[in-house]
Amino acid sequence: MSVLIVVEHDNQAPRENFRYALAAAGQLGGQIEALVIGENCRAVADIVSHAPGLAAVRVAENIAYKNGLAENCAPLIAEQVGEITHVIMAAGSLARMWLPRAAALADSQMISEIIGIEAADTFVRPIYAGNAFTTVQSLDAVKFLSIRTTAFEPVTGDADTPCKVTAITSGGDSGLTEFIGERVSALERPELTAAQIIISGGRGVGSADNFKLLEALADKLGAGIGASRAAVDEGYAPNDFQVGQTGKIVAPDLYMAVGISGAIQHLAGIRDSKCIVAINKDADAPIFEIADYGLVGDLFEIIPQLQAALEE
Amino acid sequence: MKALVTVKRVIDPYVKVRVRADGLDVEKNDVKMAMNPFCENALEEALRWKDNGVVTEVVAMSAGGADTAETLRMALAMGADRAILVNTEMLPVPLIAAKLIAAVARREKPEVIWMGKQAADGDFNQTGQMVAALLGWGQGLFLSAATLEDGTVSADSEVDNGIVNVRIKLPCVLTADLRLNQPRYATLPNIMKARRKPMEELTAADLGVDLSPRLKVLRVSEPPPRPSGRKVADAQELVRVLREEAKVLS
Repeated sequence: MSVLIVVEHDNQAPRENFRYALAAAGQLGGQIEALVIGENCRAVADIVSHAPGLAAVRVAENIAYKNGLAENCAPLIAEQVGEITHVIMAAGSLARMWLPRAAALADSQMISEIIGIEAADTFVRPIYAGNAFTTVQSLDAVKFLSIRTTAFEPVTGDADTPCKVTAITSGGDSGLTEFIGERVSALERPELTAAQIIISGGRGVGSADNFKLLEALADKLGAGIGASRAAVDEGYAPNDFQVGQTGKIVAPDLYMAVGISGAIQHLAGIRDSKCIVAINKDADAPIFEIADYGLVGDLFEIIPQLQAALEE
Repeated sequence: MKALVTVKRVIDPYVKVRVRADGLDVEKNDVKMAMNPFCENALEEALRWKDNGVVTEVVAMSAGGADTAETLRMALAMGADRAILVNTEMLPVPLIAAKLIAAVARREKPEVIWMGKQAADGDFNQTGQMVAALLGWGQGLFLSAATLEDGTVSADSEVDNGIVNVRIKLPCVLTADLRLNQPRYATLPNIMKARRKPMEELTAADLGVDLSPRLKVLRVSEPPPRPSGRKVADAQELVRVLREEAKVLS
């Protein structure tokens, strides 16, 4: 058995989600290697080579990989399989762009967003927005897996000696797609998938301006800010704030849902939080069914009161 | 130019699913079914491209049992010109669905395939990417905007940290996010008209696609329940319980 972890990075350093994929790889057993695809990304490979439990790092550098276009990167991943039995990656938008495309090229049915490993071919994953779990056995020779980070504990620390880094030759530009640009949200607060505390606003917050109320509280607590789909659709918050089935899946120590009624799709994204608090003026809102602590009332009164109480 | 749109029949995403007694699936008998919401956005966008004159024909396709025809009739009622039903007893997993779609695409030769970014049942988020891989086409994923310009599609893709804009050559596969548009309703006259629109029926064998299973479902279970919570009286009490009971605040 031989596992290949595809590393997400910014051409300078790996994203921390790599360490969750490493944890999952450790559960599978066998030899573990990492694959770094990018442009001038040797530094990333060198950092990765210090991660514990890795046998080798493969690095593919090409200008065509600079912006992570799947049309260029997925064929390279598919070409790696050879002796490899498992290709894994932390779930996220990059894994969604790369892995299904690579899996199809390798004629494998990818298994996405797994939350448990029962055997080398048997995995647990949520379906129906997390309202059911399914245990599936892969019948393919090579398994492509994305790992839901909230279900794994990251591997910490570094090995005493780095493993070998090998440059691999690579294809190039498919010519199918061109990267034009990106509009990235400035991150002044903890990233949602890593935040220990998240304060999320819903339609009840009422406007983009009112979201500033949540910001003040978030700053006080060092919290990340999230939003329900309804709030994003209304333009109160940007799309990358969205928590839920089709947004981000989060698992902070404390999740505060403010003015969120609790659609099935939202609950799917917060279910693994350690403690859920709901603040809503509708005492019958479904969010109270999943919350550890509920406070019924007007958020515009409660949020300032909360800030005052936190100062005591 | 022709657009192929895929529509999947799923349990209505607002219905709470229950695990079936045999623990191998969720209960689908006497459960309200609907068109997968993301497929509605995909279809709507293709129809808008037709309204704008950039698309001349919208072909809807789906794969599944006989009741899948109902979902295709809905697509025709929304405005698709004709439909293709691939009759399969089992709902195919993404790779097999992708092979069926790619095979239909090779027959139909559309210049764009519009799909939902994921299905609300399996939550895989794979099929569009796999179709693009099998056809060797470019992919525009999780789109909140897409415009046709000089034989390319300028597409806004919703990713973890914001939005990425890419330019994709035709032919290509595009997958819709919910913020792409607001799907139209099928009006009663259009529902009547849809009954007379053509629906072709094919089998996997017609398309040369092997339906052998790739994934075996061993078990479907309820997620572990969260311990029931309680209401607190006010903000002061909330801060106190978060500090002292839950110990999630310092």
